[in-house]
Amino acid sequence: MLKVTKYVIYDIVRNRVLIAYTLFLLLIATSLFNMEEDPSKAIISLMSIVMIMVPLISIVFATTYFFNSYEFIELLVAQPLKRSTILLGEYIGVALSLSFAFLAGIGIPILLFDATATGFVLILSGTLLTLVFISLAFLSSVITRDKAKGIGTSLMLWFYFSIIYDALILMLLFTFSDYPLEQAMIPIASLNPIDLGRIVIMLKLDISALMGYTGALFKNFFGNAMGIFYTCGIMFIWIIVPLLCSIKVFNGKNL
Amino acid sequence: MFRLSLLTFLSALLVWSPLGAKTIDVGATYTHKHPAQAIASANNGDVIILHKGTYVVKNLLINKSIILKGENQPVLDAQMKDFGITITASKVTVDGITIKNSARASMTDYAGIQAIKASHLTLKNNILINTYFGLHLAGIDSSLIENNTLTGNAPDDARSGNGIHLWQCNAISIRKNKISGHRDGIYFEFARFCHISQNISEKNFRYGLHFMFSDNDIYTNNIFRNNGTGVAVMYTKGIRMTGNIFADNWGSSAYGILLKDIGDSYITGNTFINNTVGIFMEGSSRINVTGNSFQNNGWALKLLANCAQDTFIRNKFNGNTFDVSTNGTVTLNYFKHNYWDKYTGYDLNRDGIGDIPYRPVSLYATIIEQMPYAVMLLRSFAVDLLDKAEKNIPSLTPDQLKDDSPLMKSPVQ
Repeated sequence: MLKVTKYVIYDIVRNRVLIAYTLFLLLIATSLFNMEEDPSKAIISLMSIVMIMVPLISIVFATTYFFNSYEFIELLVAQPLKRSTILLGEYIGVALSLSFAFLAGIGIPILLFDATATGFVLILSGTLLTLVFISLAFLSSVITRDKAKGIGTSLMLWFYFSIIYDALILMLLFTFSDYPLEQAMIPIASLNPIDLGRIVIMLKLDISALMGYTGALFKNFFGNAMGIFYTCGIMFIWIIVPLLCSIKVFNGKNL
Repeated sequence: MFRLSLLTFLSALLVWSPLGAKTIDVGATYTHKHPAQAIASANNGDVIILHKGTYVVKNLLINKSIILKGENQPVLDAQMKDFGITITASKVTVDGITIKNSARASMTDYAGIQAIKASHLTLKNNILINTYFGLHLAGIDSSLIENNTLTGNAPDDARSGNGIHLWQCNAISIRKNKISGHRDGIYFEFARFCHISQNISEKNFRYGLHFMFSDNDIYTNNIFRNNGTGVAVMYTKGIRMTGNIFADNWGSSAYGILLKDIGDSYITGNTFINNTVGIFMEGSSRINVTGNSFQNNGWALKLLANCAQDTFIRNKFNGNTFDVSTNGTVTLNYFKHNYWDKYTGYDLNRDGIGDIPYRPVSLYATIIEQMPYAVMLLRSFAVDLLDKAEKNIPSLTPDQLKDDSPLMKSPVQ
């Protein structure tokens, strides 16, 4: 498995997209920190960008990479290797390289300019989001055979989690506005990794004072060590479940 | 007979006049060891000089028109048992004295200096430390409170009194005082025609400034900073607030200034920085809000629908999460020539005024007002998109609440 991972990392580093992604993040983060006098303001802007760009690039990159290395995977399948080993090896390779790119691109500027708890939470949730969306990318790659279809599915997933889901929540809130929905907000947030990541960061910022009763409820729930534990737990479910599904599909797949 | 009465009058005048006033020294090395003795032997108009030292007092009563002046800041210690000083006479001056440790109780408003039913008092250059109420004035007219420093040490909201507390007062001038650690920094009830300027009220448990039924007061160049819930003013008309700074009142129910049932007033040239809500207006009408600067607040302005005929002109809105929010669709207030940092319009004829109106109420602000739990979507991409769409074709936001002539450049710093 580690051998597969090693080859994957070699391959990814060679194709330069990853370096471009790292530089892009680095550029955005440093310019934001330089433009804003107040680092916590820069963190807010950075958060908005991270919440859109990181899932998008992770999911598209992972899907494209999977289809580009399809022949290599076919070759590996011909070897005496378990299919789950192959897929996990691929996943770990992609996950390590993209996480590294994120940590270098966003993590280093944050450590330099604003090494606060908020910064660390942003790094943590960004990294977890990277892993979640690679996992989703693998799922959408194994369930289709066609590259275009696979990338299309990935984009739809990204679109769903970043925009459609929030719009659906708004609709839900309008429909059930006669009922007290404050308590329901926590499970609703847990159903979307992007929302979960955003809320955890927001609660670290003092902007949480704007959030009223719901904010206080969130703060009560997410604000302590248990909350971080819960968030990480939910994120891990978001990583592991799609990955297990994709392994299951890949095991029975006719390549 | 007439001649005799004139003579009596003149001689009486002589006795009362400042020329006849004597100076009484109080201190360890003088005849009078304690200020109470000195007051007992003093006549109206006398000056009592309190020399450096610590004097234990148990409600020092000033019932004559005297000047009590401290040399090198002497200390009156009430030892947590009673009032510091009680003034019941007019024309009293208390100058340069440190008063500390008044009693605390829930039934009696123990204070550092208490004044009851008098006029022409001067309380200046005093330092009040660890008092329950600081200066407690009831039924006082035409007085000056200047340059005092009030520092409360109360453990919490419930066990603290107000810094400067006015009840049924007229024409009081309150200048250059520093108040901290009290329940309300400055508290007025029925205090009319007062002038409050250059005070600093900070780190109080509840409000920096709190008044009710206190018409026709003027507030200039004060700083209200970092108080538990900001400033709250109610049931009053004819106030002028100019050049004040309301800053760092940050928390889930904190306001830069909360106006409830305020009418016919001016809020001009003030600065609101880092407050959860800059100005919260409820039932407040005919208020002229001009030339203020709103910066980095959560909400710059929360304007409830029961406010009417308020005008907002030449204000600067910069870096606020929400500029304006309201809870209704009817708008009876007027916005003109404000500067909005979120304005994206253009100015073709270059007259400094944007050619298309600006609608300061965003869709999301409206949604939050109706459904507070929608706040979980704060800063979500979807919400940003919705806001953009709504800006172009307003349907849910109050379409009459708009600034038809927004400024392209900020009118104030």
